[in-house]
Amino acid sequence: MTVPLDSAAQLSQLLTSGEATAVEVAQEALRRIEASEPAINAFNHVAGEAVIRQAEELDKRRSAGQPLGRLAGIPVAVKDVLCTTEMPTTCASRMLRDYMSPYDATVIAKLRAADALLIGKTNMDEFAMGASTENSACGPTYNPWDRTRTPGGSSGGAAAAVAACDVPLSLGSDTGGSIRQPAAFCGITGMKPTYGRVSRYGLVAFASSLDQIGPMSWDAADNALLMSVIAGHDPRDSTSLPAAVDDYSLAVAQADVRGMRIGVIRDQLENPGLDDDARQAVQAAIDVFRDAGAELIDVRFQYSRYWVPTYYIIAPCEASSNLSRYDGAHYGFRSLGTREVVQKFGPLMAMYCHSRDDGFGPEVKRRIMLGTYALSEGYAAKYYTKALSVRRLIRQDYDDAFAKVDILLGPVTPTPAFRLGEKMDDPLQMYLCDLFTVGANLAGLPALAVPAGKTADALPVGIQLQAAPLHEPALYRAAGAFQQATEHHTRRPPQ
Amino acid sequence: MAFSEQEIRQLARLARLELTAEEVRMVGPQLERILEFVQQLAELNTDQVEPMTTALDIQNCWAADQVADGLQRSAALANAPQADGEHFLVPPVLPGGNG
Amino acid sequence: MTATRDDHGRFPFETIIGLEVHVQLKTVSKLFCRCSTKFGAAPNTQICPVCLGLPGALPVINQQAIELSIRAGLALNCRIPEFTKWDRKQYFYPDLPKGYQISQYDLPICAEGYLDLPETDTGEAAKRIGLFRAHLEEDAGKSMHDETGGLTQSRIDLNRCGTPLLEIVTKPDLRSAEEARRFLLELKLLLTHLEISDCEMQEGSLRVDANVNLHISAGNQKVVTPIVEIKNMNSFRAVERAIGFESLRQYDEWEETGATIQTVSKRTFGWNDVREQTFVQREKEESADYRYFPDPDLIPVALPAERVDAIRAALGELPSQTRTRFETQYQLKPYDADVIVNQGPTLVRYFEAVAKVAGDAKRTSAWIQQDVMRTLKEQQCELNDFPIAAPTLGQLLRKVTEGSLDNARARDVFQYLLRHGGTLDEATKALGIEAVDQSELDLLCDRLLAENAKVIDDVRGGKQQALGALIGQAKRINPNVNPGQLRQRLLEKINAV
Ligand SMILES: [Zn+2]
Repeated sequence: MTVPLDSAAQLSQLLTSGEATAVEVAQEALRRIEASEPAINAFNHVAGEAVIRQAEELDKRRSAGQPLGRLAGIPVAVKDVLCTTEMPTTCASRMLRDYMSPYDATVIAKLRAADALLIGKTNMDEFAMGASTENSACGPTYNPWDRTRTPGGSSGGAAAAVAACDVPLSLGSDTGGSIRQPAAFCGITGMKPTYGRVSRYGLVAFASSLDQIGPMSWDAADNALLMSVIAGHDPRDSTSLPAAVDDYSLAVAQADVRGMRIGVIRDQLENPGLDDDARQAVQAAIDVFRDAGAELIDVRFQYSRYWVPTYYIIAPCEASSNLSRYDGAHYGFRSLGTREVVQKFGPLMAMYCHSRDDGFGPEVKRRIMLGTYALSEGYAAKYYTKALSVRRLIRQDYDDAFAKVDILLGPVTPTPAFRLGEKMDDPLQMYLCDLFTVGANLAGLPALAVPAGKTADALPVGIQLQAAPLHEPALYRAAGAFQQATEHHTRRPPQ
Repeated sequence: MAFSEQEIRQLARLARLELTAEEVRMVGPQLERILEFVQQLAELNTDQVEPMTTALDIQNCWAADQVADGLQRSAALANAPQADGEHFLVPPVLPGGNG
Repeated sequence: MTATRDDHGRFPFETIIGLEVHVQLKTVSKLFCRCSTKFGAAPNTQICPVCLGLPGALPVINQQAIELSIRAGLALNCRIPEFTKWDRKQYFYPDLPKGYQISQYDLPICAEGYLDLPETDTGEAAKRIGLFRAHLEEDAGKSMHDETGGLTQSRIDLNRCGTPLLEIVTKPDLRSAEEARRFLLELKLLLTHLEISDCEMQEGSLRVDANVNLHISAGNQKVVTPIVEIKNMNSFRAVERAIGFESLRQYDEWEETGATIQTVSKRTFGWNDVREQTFVQREKEESADYRYFPDPDLIPVALPAERVDAIRAALGELPSQTRTRFETQYQLKPYDADVIVNQGPTLVRYFEAVAKVAGDAKRTSAWIQQDVMRTLKEQQCELNDFPIAAPTLGQLLRKVTEGSLDNARARDVFQYLLRHGGTLDEATKALGIEAVDQSELDLLCDRLLAENAKVIDDVRGGKQQALGALIGQAKRINPNVNPGQLRQRLLEKINAV
């Protein structure tokens, strides 16, 4: 490949040295997407001409010696849950099929300010609800490593776009594992930052107290580069942290785990649902870190079996509220309803109920029903408030662990990428994909998925590193060390 | 926990969803299974635990009382399913009706 | 004791009233976004992604709204908790684009408090009205439906959506329609005085819902009628009349149907101002399930005691305190203090400035109530535009008190100042008013007595009113002469002879 679309660092070097122009990079990325899309379906929208014009502008500025942003000329794909002007924002839902946001999400504004090439919007589970990118009004995305399998979800398109070498960087969102699980399924690196580290302004909300935007890339260095562009306080987001932004690239470059205390989450390794390949990947990682000079300590979580039940109350409750705004009145899909319903409930009620029933897919409706129920009179204490209390216990588990260790090591997913359609008839089985990932969202701390091996079927397997809030640098340092010692992140799917 | 079809329809009405007969049949048992699964939490005694609504331990984020530009009306109405150039249009809000 | 029917055939009953008052806070921007709150803009021109509820938009609280709410809470004797938070109240309506209203459920910014109503000139005693709470919330937009057009579309204007409202909830302490009106007047005075709200019902910056029912003593039985919430009242007068109508309607309903609070649940009625009737607005088929839960997009607000204390210190004097001070400092009667204070802070300041120069608070009070307030009302102008500055009026009244000017001449000067403005000197000069000195006065007295011997006899004979004729003559000779002084001097001279 003359234009290395699998490395932002290399692209940056070529662009700076003049060996490649932004226009060449943009054209190559568009060619590459055109070639891979029929088989992968990673994108809901590709920017096309607009990107070429932006690249021309960048090349002019570069030759004029003007200062350029950190992502100048680097193609970046963003999940279709981030609001963008000039491109539709659909959340892979019929409800927002034609929706054009009149404003840019804060992260999009930051990408533009960094001169990134916004190449397109990636496929996802509808409103980020799902673990396979099959709940999409735009059809499923296929895993570049094995097209009969899912790339994971809900940021499946963002993961597949990187894995297919369409773009070196993408942005996903993670509410219960939606960045880390697809990263693991696609053999790439994916970061779920500390809650509040990246602005949620312009991220279409699924579960507001759990959602975070994060970077996806092949290796930790590229990941840290994108992270350093999007992180930081935003006065438009009340839940944004005012803390200063660390130097993530420096942390990756340090690649040093000597003296670092790494906790191995024993109860996750002993979980009967954990696949052998995934367990072996963690075992191998333990050896890598020990050899690199880390101190490995066993950690047990008292409440880890309650993670998924807690998550599947809190997330649907918040979602049922967040998705109330899609009612056919002010924007989005509208259906006026049948005459029968109009007569029975009146024209306004008919519009509400039909717009929402026809506009949302089955999984979204299921979660709206679940959340509406769990918040309703007489049940809120039993479900919602109960889950919030358990959430505190879960956070306490983490706090206890981080009193003893610097970071935690464990699996990302119980299994490697499963076959398309395999779990579509059983919502509960799909929910259990989040077994090891929802803890970080409930506790609000950073978690990083790193490629760490492959199965006998040549499917990627990942490991998950977690740290205390705002300790992203520790994760990047460990990932840097791991990727210095291993080559999993350098493997590419067969063309 | 078992839902009658009537209860599912009522819940759907509260959530403003006009489920088809097929959806009503499907979603009842699915909800029952999920609720049974999340009911595991009942094992834990949380009487002394304060509910945790957010992972943040920050307080007070506010803005000064200063007017800033919003959207042009045309931009605000651009995504409307129906508009008259000045207003969003919706099916009649009948007097005394509650949506 | 057994209660019996009165002349109208009714058993004795008491009306129990609780009010929910929404006041719009005087901020320039909205509660959770920076759109303007200005009244009367063209539809949908004061909206942004946040108040339009667009996907991805997030709320950020307006600091001034917090400040004003605390100010209101302190003035209403509320406890200000150290911690308050935001909750979502969920329901679907086209004027509520998010499908939920951001409000406060279990931890309002102002906890329990009260408002004292002063005693009235009609003899109503002072009374304390308890408040359950006051909480902040965002307003909804406006939906308009042309009923004559049949089943056409409704039009939605979201300009008002997100405007900050403080909802003040009273305890059911009010006992009559008149008392409800007194409460609202006192509340409005307090909130306008503190510049918390304009409290204009016409512009929607003050809205009232009333919860009304009756306690009837029927024979030896106590009956409680079902609670009715009355909405859509657009003036204080309407509130008074609606409650009055509703209490009789409830009495008749009970006589006809026997409905009590045990048999009929709470209903919502509207008020028709033209027909002067309450009417059923909505029977709740499904009891509303608002599914309140803490808004995860907002973080809690911590209000340390020092901050609350600082706001308390900056409050200044409240109307009830001003009344008391006027009674002690100026020896005004409660009624007079009430009239002046109820006009608001501008008149209070004017009164004090005049009284200070005049050196006579009672005279100032009388002039302000009779002359100043009447002029303002007749000319429909604001005190800020009143042409007579406080020191000028003060000097004028001082002259009256000192006796160098009589009331009638002073009123001439007042009228002149109203028309021409300027200083007191300019006015007196223009009117040809000069002080009459003692020798001049003596000369005048001597001349009058010489020309009117009969009057001297009459006065000596005990008919002092005979002097009136002399005073009339004197004024024709010299309009500047002070009738009081002249009378005094005439008597001295008659008695000295
Ligand atoms: Zn706004």
